[in-house]
Amino acid sequence: MFEHIRSFASHFFVTGEPMIYASDVAIVLFLVGIIFTLTYLKKWKWLWREWITTVDHKKIGIMYLISALLMMFRGGVDALLMRTQLALPNQTFLDAEHYNQIFTTHGTIMILFMAMPFLFALFNIAVPLQLGARDVAFPFLNSVSFWLFFFGALLFNLSFVIGGSPDAGWTSYPPLTELGFDKGPGENFYLLGIQISGIGSMATGINFLVTILKMRAPGMTLMRLPLFCWSVVASCIIIIFAFPALTVALALLLIDRVADAHFFTMLHGGNPMMFINLFWIWGHPEVYIVVLPAYGIYSEVVSTFSGKKIFGYKTMVISLMIISVVSYFVWAHHYFTMGASAGVNSFFAVASMLIGIPTGVKVFNWLFTMFRGRIQLKLPMLWTLAFIPCFAMGGATGIMLAVAPADYQYHNSYFLIAHFHQTLIGGVAFGLLAGMYYWWPKMFGFSLNERLGRWAFWFFNIGFYVCFMPQYFLGFMGMTRRVYTYSGDTGWTSFNFISSIGAYLMGIGFLFIVVQVLYSIKYGERDLTGDPWNGRTLEWAIASPAPHYNFAHIPEVTERDAWWDMKARGESLIKVNQRMAFKPIHMPKNSGLPFIMAVFFFISGFGFVFNWYWMAALGLLGVGICMIVRSNNRDSEYYIPAEDVEKTEAALGRV
Amino acid sequence: MSTLNHYKEPEKQSHSTTSELLEYQRHDGPLNILGFWIFLATDLLLFACLFATYLVIRTHVDGGPTDKDLFEIPGFTIETILLLASSFTGSLAVYEMRHNDKKRLLGWLVVTVLLGLGFIGIEVSEFLSYIREGATMQRSAFLSAFFTLVGTHGSHVSLGIIWMISIIRQVAKYGIEPINARKVFIIGLYWHFLDIVWIFIFTVVYMTGVVS
Amino acid sequence: MKSLWQKGFILLILCLIFLTGCSEKYPVLHPVGPVGEKERNLIILSAVLMAIVIIPVIALLAFIVYRYRDKPNNRAPYKPNWDDSKILEFVWWGIPIIIIAVLSIYTVRDTFALTKPPANTGEPISIQVTSLDWKWVFFYPDEGVATVNYIDIPAGRPVQFELTSDAPMNSFWIPALGGQEYTMPGMAMRLWLQANKVGTYTGKGANFTGKEFSKMSFAVHVKKETDFDQWVKALKNQSPQLTEAGYKQLKKPGVVGKKSFSSYPKDIFHDTVMKNGGKYMNNDWMMKDHSQEMKGK
Repeated sequence: MFEHIRSFASHFFVTGEPMIYASDVAIVLFLVGIIFTLTYLKKWKWLWREWITTVDHKKIGIMYLISALLMMFRGGVDALLMRTQLALPNQTFLDAEHYNQIFTTHGTIMILFMAMPFLFALFNIAVPLQLGARDVAFPFLNSVSFWLFFFGALLFNLSFVIGGSPDAGWTSYPPLTELGFDKGPGENFYLLGIQISGIGSMATGINFLVTILKMRAPGMTLMRLPLFCWSVVASCIIIIFAFPALTVALALLLIDRVADAHFFTMLHGGNPMMFINLFWIWGHPEVYIVVLPAYGIYSEVVSTFSGKKIFGYKTMVISLMIISVVSYFVWAHHYFTMGASAGVNSFFAVASMLIGIPTGVKVFNWLFTMFRGRIQLKLPMLWTLAFIPCFAMGGATGIMLAVAPADYQYHNSYFLIAHFHQTLIGGVAFGLLAGMYYWWPKMFGFSLNERLGRWAFWFFNIGFYVCFMPQYFLGFMGMTRRVYTYSGDTGWTSFNFISSIGAYLMGIGFLFIVVQVLYSIKYGERDLTGDPWNGRTLEWAIASPAPHYNFAHIPEVTERDAWWDMKARGESLIKVNQRMAFKPIHMPKNSGLPFIMAVFFFISGFGFVFNWYWMAALGLLGVGICMIVRSNNRDSEYYIPAEDVEKTEAALGRV
Repeated sequence: MSTLNHYKEPEKQSHSTTSELLEYQRHDGPLNILGFWIFLATDLLLFACLFATYLVIRTHVDGGPTDKDLFEIPGFTIETILLLASSFTGSLAVYEMRHNDKKRLLGWLVVTVLLGLGFIGIEVSEFLSYIREGATMQRSAFLSAFFTLVGTHGSHVSLGIIWMISIIRQVAKYGIEPINARKVFIIGLYWHFLDIVWIFIFTVVYMTGVVS
Repeated sequence: MKSLWQKGFILLILCLIFLTGCSEKYPVLHPVGPVGEKERNLIILSAVLMAIVIIPVIALLAFIVYRYRDKPNNRAPYKPNWDDSKILEFVWWGIPIIIIAVLSIYTVRDTFALTKPPANTGEPISIQVTSLDWKWVFFYPDEGVATVNYIDIPAGRPVQFELTSDAPMNSFWIPALGGQEYTMPGMAMRLWLQANKVGTYTGKGANFTGKEFSKMSFAVHVKKETDFDQWVKALKNQSPQLTEAGYKQLKKPGVVGKKSFSSYPKDIFHDTVMKNGGKYMNNDWMMKDHSQEMKGK
């Protein structure tokens, strides 16, 4: 009996690696620490009532943000481990298996469990406030989305200590990922973790599209919509049209693996190419899902910190929409080298290059928004200014990659690696950080320290170029991606060494951000006006942090940049409060169901990972029961009495 | 109560033809219905991907049974008739809801559920007979794709049946009012959607299979 | 400001010298055959076209940030409501459209050109390539010999590689000769390459295939025609045969060194393609005998 348990445990838990034992200890200590602190401070009830059951978009946004930063840490540590291994030739710091797992988790986490939730954090925090709305269209669903993401990410990360991490790359191409070549549960963790959080992403896409289409303040026509909201519209449209393809790709591969079917196997008529098609039909639009909202953030930031209207608003909207449509017609550029005919390759090459046109136009519009403005170099603006040259280069190398015959030489090389890190870090991560700094006072009521932020900025930026510029050259030298080591006679050593130094500089930059946040919690400048940046859109018209109901009176919008316009007219929401009587406000009630439902999803996913069907079925049954309970619940809303609204506003000094 | 103070106050409708219908009267009606339409778009794309996969590997039978060997006209014809009929009775339910006739609404919903159950029953027996013949989804890529595509539709219908039973219970309890009206209307959309997907399965999978 | 420009310019020159200095180190930029050269030319063309946009953008950014910074004494104009200029927008829609149009023309032209053997060169030869876990097997259908993890090819003759995989898909890449093509189970794909300069180059598996993927490089010996013939002769005389059983042994996952064989089972490449799903693919245009086409050259 004991032997049986021991043999099970040695397969179930990942063993034989000091780094993982150390992490095991760290995880256990961390959990014990959290549990102890919460118990000691008697905060369990608070955690449940205020956070876990919340349907408030602002709190959900904050939870997304915290999770995303944690995931950025994990993904970043993965990156540093890889760069340490590659700094010198023939290193044995990591062996092949661990290296393969680490690049897989790095890619998957950074795209799906860092960039996506970070964006959703900013969607949640900013969109309803910019629209002059009191919440999103489906607050309950919003909570479901968050918890599905959370438990999907948890399931994926669990593979580090239980069962073993996936090790076939974030693209997970079959037949390498089929049972014949990859028996371990790692790949199942990948498939189910992404699937569960993907359902949440799809719901978020629907939620925010309906919110923006239906819940704008009176007078806010579509052409008066803040550009960030427009970028969210574009992003949501892509989510809605692209995610089903991922759902199908992952589901079919999972069916292959758990039910021994033959969609993508080498034998019995399977067709691996079909997975690659489905994956990239989602995969390329996914890039635009994450980058378009970043464009929206840059637009807001550039305009605010130049004290000037955005240049060419209509062009900005049109170019966003063009990109979101054309992004569906470029996916095959991920495999120009997989035997498509010259005609097909030509089509996808030209379509991919076309994306460069609206993107280039946007860059010029940002430049000319600054032109004849007054540029304040605050943190959000610094990251935006760093974005422009970085993304211009990343975009240019993107167009170079789109030239199909040239791509035969770049494909799978470090040139490609450098390119997509330049667009995803220079384009997306810089935008996410700019957005975080920009909306931080609105989330928490205090600003982040500028000085520490500048240290973070310079370390991260210089580190970025030191890390990734050499990788373009490594590409020309013929270094392929995903190699866990190389020999000294390849001549790749010096560039790899420089690149690793850059990675560490970026790591130091991240640490500065952590220090900055901790320092600012204590000493950060409190925002009492609600409008620390002299903002232009409605989120700056209310107090920081926003009260639970956001707007005591829904503002009337008469112009683009509604808050700027109000300020110009000498109007403010405080004056509206003084003029008009308060009324009771109708709000959604908190609910524990989304959390419970996501737990059941997690249980089901865990069951599928290990082919424990009873557990998988139990989980799905739980999910079904949760849905029926929700459908029969008729008590999901309540009123905040007018007196309470008045009291809250008075406490904020806004009557 | 002031409608302006809902946390989800939709834009003013420029022309109020739809806002007169019961399902649009509550503040969340238009939001939920629009949201559900968009959900259907995602579901449609999901099926589109499954159809594409099926068409790509339809002929990959690996020496096993082909579509022509397997499909039998009576089975899928009865399935089609049952599902089309259920779509019709589903419409009748919404029609009776419009006339505020709770009894008939419930009646037609029950008939719809029964027809749906009949459809599922025949589909399951069809699957079982294939499996008895050795045509399992492990046999070949074609069979993997067939069972997955048709099975995904079948599980959609099954979920719809459970959902509809839950709505029948709610209509019986609370009567015809805006919340229930919205629910009945939305499941009606869902049911018609499944019907449309089935028509594609009927032509792309079964008819093509029998004729080819 | 000025010194920054000077530094940047010097840096640029240094980079160019650096790039052109050591050709051995940058096979992609210093290819030894017409295919690689065509691709290299496109790389240079696209880089130059991109530079036309990027350099002004970065210069403009530096200028704007400097001139319109928020300093009390800044006398540059401030027009908070200026947000539209048809002429300017026309210009920056126009420029990228022209650039992309130019680049598209060359891209499409070369995409089609590269599906054919390089023009005005020697008699083509064929090599069939199978990627395994984690090694490369090469069959010479005309010569009847086979090798593992290295190839010899004659200089100045186009080589038609027919590619497939009997393991997870890989990608066949010899940077010094030209771009890559995937090796995919059940598919036989064609890649034309040619080397004009005698020497030894490195080829590699570019697509991740699991544990020992990093070990999947192979040597490419480009030889004079006579040396190549001699090499074939030596192989025929001295090397063992590759049997079905031998191939099965090779197929087992693992790393092996270089191997040479005097013969191999005739249809092994074809059978491998068919076994892995080739019968469902439209491989005709890839699998058909190209001797006619070759003679026509």
